[in-house]
Amino acid sequence: MLLFLEQLLNGLQLGITLFLMSAGLTLVFGIMQVINLAHGSFYMIGAYVAATVTARSGSFLLGLLAALPAAALVGMLVEMLVLRRLYKKDHLDQVLATFGLIMFFNELTRMVWGRQPLFMDVPAWLAGSVELIPGVPYPSYRLAVIAVGILVGVLLYLLFAHTRVGMQIRAGASNREMAGALGVNIRLLYTLVFGLGTLLAGLAGVMAGPILAVEAGMGESILILTFVVIVIGGIGSIRGALVGALLVGMADTLGRAFLPALFRIFLSAAVADGVAASLASMLVYILMALVLVWRPRGLIPAHG
Amino acid sequence: MRMTRQNISIAVGTLFFLTLPVIATMAGEPYLVTLFSRILIYALAAVSLDLMLGFGGLVSLGHAAFFGIGAYVVCILSMHAVDGTSVLSWPVVINGSERALVAWPAAVVLAALAAAVIGSLSLRTSGMHFIMITLAFAQMLYYFFVSLEAYGGDDGISLFMRNTVPGVDLAADHQFYYVCLAALGLFLCFACRLVDSRFGMVIRGCRENERRMKSMGFATFRYRLVCFIIAGAGAGLAGALIANQTEYVSPGLMHWTRSGEILVMVLLGGMGTLFGPVVGAAALLLVEEFLSIYTEHWMVYLGPFLVLVVLFAKRGIYGVIIGGNGNHG
Repeated sequence: MLLFLEQLLNGLQLGITLFLMSAGLTLVFGIMQVINLAHGSFYMIGAYVAATVTARSGSFLLGLLAALPAAALVGMLVEMLVLRRLYKKDHLDQVLATFGLIMFFNELTRMVWGRQPLFMDVPAWLAGSVELIPGVPYPSYRLAVIAVGILVGVLLYLLFAHTRVGMQIRAGASNREMAGALGVNIRLLYTLVFGLGTLLAGLAGVMAGPILAVEAGMGESILILTFVVIVIGGIGSIRGALVGALLVGMADTLGRAFLPALFRIFLSAAVADGVAASLASMLVYILMALVLVWRPRGLIPAHG
Repeated sequence: MRMTRQNISIAVGTLFFLTLPVIATMAGEPYLVTLFSRILIYALAAVSLDLMLGFGGLVSLGHAAFFGIGAYVVCILSMHAVDGTSVLSWPVVINGSERALVAWPAAVVLAALAAAVIGSLSLRTSGMHFIMITLAFAQMLYYFFVSLEAYGGDDGISLFMRNTVPGVDLAADHQFYYVCLAALGLFLCFACRLVDSRFGMVIRGCRENERRMKSMGFATFRYRLVCFIIAGAGAGLAGALIANQTEYVSPGLMHWTRSGEILVMVLLGGMGTLFGPVVGAAALLLVEEFLSIYTEHWMVYLGPFLVLVVLFAKRGIYGVIIGGNGNHG
């Protein structure tokens, strides 16, 4: 039971990281109608900048403060140079151009930082663990990740539902020309939304830094999971992204933790471990297929 | 046969590929035969993707999955043949085999079956969803093979020896090259006939306007599914060949960046032009080969180049070669 609670928290933490990634990506998908494969690159940039600054200055907070604007600035630059020209093109062009961007960013990080992965330490003030539930000590850092994710979710909700900029973004999403005619600077708005998305990706990258190795190509493995989240949740919907992220995070973590034990009930240990390992790594995709059969447009589609 | 630029280009290209081993031997560069075998195999995969992409308008980002399945089938069958064990003992006994005439059709059939399953789920959606779902299914298979410890898991498995065909020695690089060329040639002939057939017309119609095709009474889903399966089968054949060429297979073969590369080949060469992907495959692999002589970081140049191609040169290399409208299909 205690183990189950611990795994539940782990699943929540993965889900939160995925939510930060997919919230930004689903905005870009839903509002600009652009498929952006390079979203994982901003995750990677966030992690690299944070790891470097943290190592130099010795302060995790400085690393975080450097990484967020870096990811947002590179994102806005990419939007102005490349993405802006892709809005009117078809999805295939967007896939290919952003695939080219991935190649560029991955290789660039290899040139700058080398092929060896970097390692980031958990900041000292978050290194301990907290007994949230009696008998279950849980790392403070992971709890902090969960807290930050929830905070970001609330802030995003407030931004979209209760501010003028949020209203303009929603207006631009439902009718670009009309919003433009009413005096909203759509180009600037798109650049800002893209910057916000890449900032969130950068934040996810910083937070994953101390948990995973920081290396070139780290963005892709999470990118695919992010896609699964968005397909499950429904393209363009932040609420969908939240539900999808939690589902995927839980399914993946709990599957890896408990499927082997489940299969050992009716299979021999060796066979059970093999089958369970295969099934656990495929579980989120199977989940996606099931959702797809049931609701092809995702659980909470953005428009109707 | 009229002397159009297209016909001349195809004739020159065919002549080039037919005489390449001779040229390579005379130039004292036998390595070229291996390189061009690779190019032919990737060209086959790219042409199969183009059937779906250029003619069907279906942007799949998971084509490498079928490529990988074809390769794994060949290696798994061969591994069991060497061990003298059977692949399956229940409900039917399936023994391993090193014979190409058994292993290659098996690779094609299994890739087609996988395409049938993945296609029937993915084709329920369209546009952005379709891209992401094909990608996700391919990754699912990738992770499946990564965790499949019985067949090497992450490390993959090597082929004990190339498959055997009566009368042909596949281990000889020249003969293997011509087998690849024949496979590509046959698939191209088949694809040309297919594109101009009634089936091809329906598929192209669906690309232009699916709703109209539906209202004309065509079961568009079924046509698209068949197109998806044929493309998957073609990639399976290419996979069977690549397993023989490298004598090794690993999950990396079906990683999504591989799907991306095949997609790049199609676009670079010219989408919707059957012969374009062949040019594209040759161009991409040669550029990789050439740039990697000078710099380890060639992707830094290739990435932005790709962005420029997308933004400014939509018709691809083949489109430029054949000039005019040149839009076959």
